[in-house]
Amino acid sequence: MALERDRHTAQRALVTLGETELTELYRRMVLIRHFEEKVAEMYSRGKITGFCHLYAGEEAVAVGAIYSLSSKDYVISTYREHGHCLAKGASARSVMAELFGKATGISHGRGGSMHLFDPNLRFMGGYAIGGGGLPLAAGLGLSIAYKEEPEVVCCFFGDGALPQGAFHESLNMASLWNLPVVFVCENNFYGMGTMVQNAVCQEELYRFAEPYKMPGVRVDGMDVLEVYAAVTAAVARAREGDGPSLIEAVTYRFRGHSMSDPGEYRSKREERIWQERDPVKRFRSEIITEHRAIEARLEEIEKEIGAVIDDAVRFADESPEPALDTLMKDVYVDE
Amino acid sequence: MISPRRSFPRLSLTRARCSKNEAIQLPVPQIQYREALNQALREELERDERVFIMGEEVGYFGGAFKVTDGLLAIYGEKRVRDTPISELTIAGAGIGAAMGGLKPIVELMTINFGLLAMDQIVNHAAKIHYMFGGQAKVPIVIRAPQGGGHQLGAQHSQSLEAYFLHSPGLRVVIPATPADAKGLLKTAIRREDPVIFLEHESLYGIKGEVPAGEHLVPFGVANVLREGKDVTIVSYSKCVYDALDAATALENEEIDAEVIDLRTLNPLDLKTVVESVKKTGRAIVVYEGWRTGGAGAEIAAQIYETAFDHLDAPVARIATRDVPMPYNKHLEKAALPSVAEIVKAAEQLA
Repeated sequence: MALERDRHTAQRALVTLGETELTELYRRMVLIRHFEEKVAEMYSRGKITGFCHLYAGEEAVAVGAIYSLSSKDYVISTYREHGHCLAKGASARSVMAELFGKATGISHGRGGSMHLFDPNLRFMGGYAIGGGGLPLAAGLGLSIAYKEEPEVVCCFFGDGALPQGAFHESLNMASLWNLPVVFVCENNFYGMGTMVQNAVCQEELYRFAEPYKMPGVRVDGMDVLEVYAAVTAAVARAREGDGPSLIEAVTYRFRGHSMSDPGEYRSKREERIWQERDPVKRFRSEIITEHRAIEARLEEIEKEIGAVIDDAVRFADESPEPALDTLMKDVYVDE
Repeated sequence: MISPRRSFPRLSLTRARCSKNEAIQLPVPQIQYREALNQALREELERDERVFIMGEEVGYFGGAFKVTDGLLAIYGEKRVRDTPISELTIAGAGIGAAMGGLKPIVELMTINFGLLAMDQIVNHAAKIHYMFGGQAKVPIVIRAPQGGGHQLGAQHSQSLEAYFLHSPGLRVVIPATPADAKGLLKTAIRREDPVIFLEHESLYGIKGEVPAGEHLVPFGVANVLREGKDVTIVSYSKCVYDALDAATALENEEIDAEVIDLRTLNPLDLKTVVESVKKTGRAIVVYEGWRTGGAGAEIAAQIYETAFDHLDAPVARIATRDVPMPYNKHLEKAALPSVAEIVKAAEQLA
């Protein structure tokens, strides 16, 4: 099974995908970027509070991976999940309203930035315990296998989850039971402020696939088409009943761990190098190189997204707070 | 005088019931607590295709305490699934499977190992329905044996119901009798919330009357096993038998004890307890968890809050001493709650 890193796969995808598809990928990436920039602004204005972890810089991973899924495939994510949720189809309104803590939010104001959820999109939640989503992904995979359904689970987690027992237990179990799970590790080199080489003995994280007898591949997480190509192959494999895969997407967050983190453990030079590899700008210039006529459409998208984000903020701002008498509702299903 | 402790409590329970109900009934089969659980599992596997069992040694070994014995042969590996020793992910995969529309019954070999699964149980199972705005549910049953009394030492003798009682979002079920073991497990499997189902290792061999076929025991309904007017002994799990033995011993001293088996700690049937305390004016809470911060502390607090004016004496707590369980037989016995302690407490309250 060819899941080896292969630049040519990405190149081919560029050719295979038509203008509509490339445009859609770009739209999703721009949506996430603009959304996160607006979230930062709203956070500094005090409209959003609590922990808030921005995804800017990593857009290519969520968008490339989720574009390879069907609408019925499941996504499990972390506390840095605005991007995954938007890429899976959530409206900017519902996510922004959740960040504002409003009743109209995607989790009805109960979850906040770290706990987005939408059963209709099969976005099965952001979880704020390092590695906490991996066992759940294995379980969802088990439910799919049990019901003999064609879906797959795409499970996102960071490099910080690698040393957790949950990672190793889940990969072992998923491989042992041949579960349809695609494990996507977003390696942004820092678990909070700790560099990956100070946390994991094997810093080439995709190599953990081998002991768990599954294909492993490292892709450029700043290249949406490379991510798309690799995850498409892994999804096909899972859907055919050939079991799980591990994909390491090497990426970089453009901001600190959370809104309260100025990121002083990273050098300005390092940040500049990665800023130059900005996945959104890079993809834009790639598309235009291949499809010169598309540029006007991309500009339209940028304008449209601006309006979508402004509308989301207005919606979130005007939405009602959850009623106080709902405090004790939904602790249990069976009261 | 109190007779020496029996290794397995016999049916003081049946005696208590017979004295109350003289009507002639068809004989109900006497089966073991573990067989009652097995029957519940079998019936629910048969009833609902979504139900499956997962855990360490539940299949080929038949369960470390033989609760799942014979089920693999009938239902196959898909529905009776042996797992690797990975408690965190056994629980987590069960939760994920429940979110995916199945009804998993996860067996943790003992509650002591279950501590490795606490992140998935407390941070995930207990929270998912609420923190996602009621849009997700986790209909999982997590079964685990617990309790001391077998010289298994500090890491294999714990009663940890209080840990789960402390987490909103979890139901905590803790049956004492074979009939309740069956009826509560069947109810647990049919409900939509995560249920922590705690079995006492000393109870697997006890026998009792268990209705064949459909037998459901509702959550949140305590069982008054023995009526009395002088003191209320509130208990659950194995300590219920100690409470009944103490009540029998107290007859000699003309102290008429009422014994209540709570059966579920969440939901808690405070009403039955308070009604009893209003009648007796005295309460003893007996439980095998550690005394400090135990479930009995919560029950005592709720009695004070709700029935303070009806109390003629402070609520007494009989529980395991605050110590890691020692191996030595005499030390272990001294650490665990005893019939003698209950009797003494009742005498002091009277």
